[in-house]
Amino acid sequence: MAGQPSGSGWMDTTERALDLLVALLVPVCLYTIFQVVPTEEKMGVVQRIFYFHVPSAFAGFLGVVLCAVCSALYLWTRDRRFDRVAHASAELGVVFFTIVLLTGPIWARPVWGVWWTGEVRLTSTLVLWLMYAGYLILRQSAENPEQAARWAGVLGIVGALDLPIIYKSVEWWRGLHPKVLRVSGGQGLDPAMGKAFGLCVFTFVLFFTALLIKRCRVARLEDQVAELTHRVARRSVHTEPA
Amino acid sequence: MNYWRAVLLVAARDLKVELRSREQAVTLLFFALLVLVVFNFSFDFTVIDFVTLGSGVLWVAFIFSGVLAISRSFQLEREQDRIQGILLAPIDRSAFYLGKVAATVLFMAAVEAIVVPVSVVMFNFRFSGRIALVVLELVLNTVGFAAVGTLFAAMTTRTRRGELLLPLLLFPAAVPVALAAVKTTTHLLAGRPFERYASWVALSAAYDLIFLAASVLLFDYVLED
Repeated sequence: MAGQPSGSGWMDTTERALDLLVALLVPVCLYTIFQVVPTEEKMGVVQRIFYFHVPSAFAGFLGVVLCAVCSALYLWTRDRRFDRVAHASAELGVVFFTIVLLTGPIWARPVWGVWWTGEVRLTSTLVLWLMYAGYLILRQSAENPEQAARWAGVLGIVGALDLPIIYKSVEWWRGLHPKVLRVSGGQGLDPAMGKAFGLCVFTFVLFFTALLIKRCRVARLEDQVAELTHRVARRSVHTEPA
Repeated sequence: MNYWRAVLLVAARDLKVELRSREQAVTLLFFALLVLVVFNFSFDFTVIDFVTLGSGVLWVAFIFSGVLAISRSFQLEREQDRIQGILLAPIDRSAFYLGKVAATVLFMAAVEAIVVPVSVVMFNFRFSGRIALVVLELVLNTVGFAAVGTLFAAMTTRTRRGELLLPLLLFPAAVPVALAAVKTTTHLLAGRPFERYASWVALSAAYDLIFLAASVLLFDYVLED
């Protein structure tokens, strides 16, 4: 995008710096995960998927929370910028939770012997994913961008209110269940594992931020295109001979 | 105009339309009964005890017919652009929302009032629990479902995808209601003591309060145009 006046100068610089940092950190992460970190005793090599699975969930949650906050801010201020951030973070939330839902079963199959169980985190993650997929479909189905933004704002807030209740209800519904997921807790991790995990979370959050900035810029350009198209259409109506 | 009078008027209007045409309640009832028939074929209830599966069967029937009731109710607003009239009327928009919720709850309750006795006959079981608790549980969960459903339907029925979109948004959001309803009904069918499922009843009540309040606050944004 050389020479394109797509925003203030320092934003462009920050964006490039962030891209560069992510581009450097991802290979470092991969090297750490596959070469440096010791193999987990009981689960073996498949446990390394943990370094993708859990950081993706972190990034996904970041998206969901950001979406809720920006939805509320949009309805309050009616500033289009908040709506663009809410939209972008919901999209990224869905993307990262898709990674979570894909890597989860791959990890679960060799370790638990099943692809899927009705465990509380799995079930509520799936419900969350469905809800935000619905959010994106609702946005697409609205008649105009202003309506899409308003409705998405309402849904973003309702969704955020609903998530803790969904989690609680699924937990009660399951009743007492074996704590099979203790492995993903912080305890009992080799110090090298802890450090690698921290590095991966940091990288995923940076990656999320870099994508968020780009998605918001695309959304802003889309808004501008829509505005220009609208103006051109109006002018041609006015100038056309009767 | 008094706020609650407006709520009452909106609900009464929906009921009047329904009493004149009598198309919705009959269709919904037959649909709910058909769901029971489908389950009657899918599971062999001579082998499976109805207590273990029955609550799920009943609530699938209620939730499916409930979705139809909600989307139909807003489709009617769309026809002849009645919604424009509501927007011009000197009433609070949240009063319109509460009136729609009340009417939907009444429609769903009418279906439930017939489906529950029919299922008693069809599946040969008896409610050993107290009737008052059954009614309380049905009302609490129906209100929660209608509260969120009405908020969403006000958006989805005005889109191109229309009725397809409502269940897509409503089912994930209504997961707590569905779980609470099924669990409470199971306990009631088995005639267990109230303490066993009191927390589920509390969850339904909390869900109702949270989403009725949130929807009343947010409904203005839904109907702005």
